[in-house]
Amino acid sequence: MASAMLSLASASPSASLSLQENLKISWKRGTSSRINFLGSDFSKTKSFTRTSMTVAVKVSRFNDITMAPPDPILGVSEAFKADTHEMKLNLGVGAYRTEDLQPYVLNVVKKAENLMLEREENKEYLPIEGLAAFNKVTAELMFGADNALIQQQRVATVQGLSGTGSLRLAAALMERYFSGAKVLISSPTWGNHKNIFNDARVPWSEYRYYDPKTVGLDFDGMISDIKAAPDGSFVLLHGCAHNPTGIDPTPEQWEKIADVIQEKNHIPFFDVAYQGFASGSLDEDASSVRLFAARGMELLVAQSYSKNLGLYAERIGAINIVCASSDAAARVKSQLKRLARPMYSNPPIHGARIVSNVVGNPELFNEWKEEMEMMAGRIKSVRQKLYDSLCAKDKSGKDWSFILKQIGMFSFTGLNITQSENMTNKWHVYMTKDGRISLAGLSSAKCEYLADAIVDSYHNVK
Amino acid sequence: MSASSDHANSVFASVVQAPEDPILGVTVAYNKDPSPDKLNLGVGAYRTEEGKPLVLKVVRKAEQLLVNDPSRVKEYLPITGLADFNKLSAKLIFGADSLAIQENRVTTVQCLSGTGSLRVGAEFLARHYHQRTIYIPQPTWGNHPKVFTLAGLSVKTYRYYSPNTRGLDFQGLLEDLGSAPAGAIVLLHACAHNPTGVDPTSDQWEQIRQLMRSKGLLPFFDSAYQGFASGSLDADAASVRMFVADGGECLAAQSYAKNMGLYGERVGALSIICKTAEVASRVESQLKLVIRPMYSNPPIHGASIVATVLKDRDLYNEWTVELKAMADRIISMRKQLFDALQARGTPGDWSHILKQIGMFTFTGLNANQVAFMTKEYHIYMTSDGRISMAGLSSRTVPNLTEAIHAAVSSVA
Repeated sequence: MASAMLSLASASPSASLSLQENLKISWKRGTSSRINFLGSDFSKTKSFTRTSMTVAVKVSRFNDITMAPPDPILGVSEAFKADTHEMKLNLGVGAYRTEDLQPYVLNVVKKAENLMLEREENKEYLPIEGLAAFNKVTAELMFGADNALIQQQRVATVQGLSGTGSLRLAAALMERYFSGAKVLISSPTWGNHKNIFNDARVPWSEYRYYDPKTVGLDFDGMISDIKAAPDGSFVLLHGCAHNPTGIDPTPEQWEKIADVIQEKNHIPFFDVAYQGFASGSLDEDASSVRLFAARGMELLVAQSYSKNLGLYAERIGAINIVCASSDAAARVKSQLKRLARPMYSNPPIHGARIVSNVVGNPELFNEWKEEMEMMAGRIKSVRQKLYDSLCAKDKSGKDWSFILKQIGMFSFTGLNITQSENMTNKWHVYMTKDGRISLAGLSSAKCEYLADAIVDSYHNVK
Repeated sequence: MSASSDHANSVFASVVQAPEDPILGVTVAYNKDPSPDKLNLGVGAYRTEEGKPLVLKVVRKAEQLLVNDPSRVKEYLPITGLADFNKLSAKLIFGADSLAIQENRVTTVQCLSGTGSLRVGAEFLARHYHQRTIYIPQPTWGNHPKVFTLAGLSVKTYRYYSPNTRGLDFQGLLEDLGSAPAGAIVLLHACAHNPTGVDPTSDQWEQIRQLMRSKGLLPFFDSAYQGFASGSLDADAASVRMFVADGGECLAAQSYAKNMGLYGERVGALSIICKTAEVASRVESQLKLVIRPMYSNPPIHGASIVATVLKDRDLYNEWTVELKAMADRIISMRKQLFDALQARGTPGDWSHILKQIGMFTFTGLNANQVAFMTKEYHIYMTSDGRISMAGLSSRTVPNLTEAIHAAVSSVA
């Protein structure tokens, strides 16, 4: 394809003009198609002649770089997309689906976005710590609007890039100010936790959590491992709806966990990605965090609005650090800002405005609570249906009741790697290799099919 | 539990108060000032003649389309971001007919504006590139050194600005890059150098290119003002395209904060041009490993706006017109300020105001003079003497002129 070539050497204006001026002059006198439209392959654009290769580097300087493996969680959706089988089912990533297995944008979100458009708000940079209105409502949502913590200004809240970004900011703070301190993470935990702490150079070790024998919580193992860790360790806790197991401590167990953490002067670090989404109640799902806060403990909480407000792609969340004094909170906040600035300067406005509009408006807030109950309700009902289907189809007498006891988006099926692979290879059910299925991606209509797949994989594959 | 627990009981007792960010801190100070005559020439955000922030019409149109589209969802983007956006961004900076793009040698990932693109690129280099030193111009944007240091690179400088001429120290630049170790990374401002507004000429760019290629130095372009500097998208990308045209490798960080006025949406892209498509594919897979533990995947809203505008012929054309209008207003502010200083008889040669390009003018005022202007005239700017022309209007030029005149006349 012939393109109009512009050679720098042939540009007659003096070379002492800036490059831009040179080009503007040549550009004006040149082609009739002066607008370079990017939407089509437009050949009449200017380009440079290939100047002689005085390039010292012949082989790519990135030649030794190896191909990284696909992300174990996000890679599942990619594989699912490529599958053409009619019965395929995506139970990989934790994104809510309707009964028709469609993504869901909440009505309150649409309303908020329309309000925002009407107001014609500007798109100026947020402060490094994010949208003030958002930071206020997010802390109130987490701790309760009338919590003394908030009145006393003891919470340092910084808007972060959803849960991941908030965790990463906290990890960066830990690395800088708690050098050598390690974070204890549950075994198992969300796949990305280890990556975050590794990249932030924060050492980690695991505490026992999941008991495969009971498909429940290994509470004694958990307490024991938390006790054994060096004093002043961080303990990463899932506020509710543990990912990937769906197994949460009972309120009594939470009290005992708090006891041992206090004994050891550990610092609790809550990851709250499902507030309101787990039980359907915002307050209930916040109870573990509030229990610890009520004891006067300093603690960290990472929040995400990906699931509970369906704002996955907007990347909206926050890191909250509860400190012993308002002075400490102010200092901590200033240091979180210092870590955010060289990472992305300031966070994105859109999601923050949606949240602050929804939570800050009583009508929208109530509507949100209803939509959240609906989403949590649908998940509870597919749990029930799956359980019923499993009982109907599995005559071995195996106890599947753990499906009902687990809470939140996920269920830890107890299937091992080969069994999980059988789910995918034979049944076209996409899930993560740790045996986790996302119930948010399951419809009532498909429960029986899934039950068949699980029963087959469990009994016929080792 | 009493609120007055002493600091000794806090695990955060050793955490000290960080100083305000020097650039963003200017706006913080400005906001606190009650004076009705205050003027914010600190951060580089465009202002209209009325001194108001501007959301481009074409952006509002795109947003309307997006919000009203019933089929739009908010599902997670891939780790690398919105595919359309990535392709269009690469074409925008490298040219729609770029051979590198046609040969699939470019990997482009959506990142959080310029800062995020620089950080992801730097983290990638710190992990995978054999030379962990980056050379940055002296001076440069205040956030550059921190971005690169936290990413794991060590930072050195090369001479750039000559205070005597208020122009480019070209000899110094060539000497410093010439003595850099082979393979070192070199940060280049694609156009409208921040903070000085001093750009190399086309001849000088060619010499820089030849020197860098002969030493195998790796170019890392920071392109935050494409279209915004001269008013022409192609002209403002010329330096980048010159390097790409010789077949060599480079990195480019793009921001849509200024040229599409999408500051708070945090939209940008990192492109890495590799020798072969196969290498580009491996490089992309490694970029994902940097991104996933940082924020998992990028925000959708701003990227969707950009993609909507870039892929529609009419919106794209409208955008170029609005972009040129912003650039032209800034150029006219330069003229007005220069003329006003001449008329006032302010001592000194102020022609650099006209010669410098882009959003900023490096006035040459020193920190004392700047402090004086803030205290006496409520003019807010960074202490290096940088003023944002985008924050000036015909109405405020007289006040600024007075302030500069007073500063150079009475403060050493």
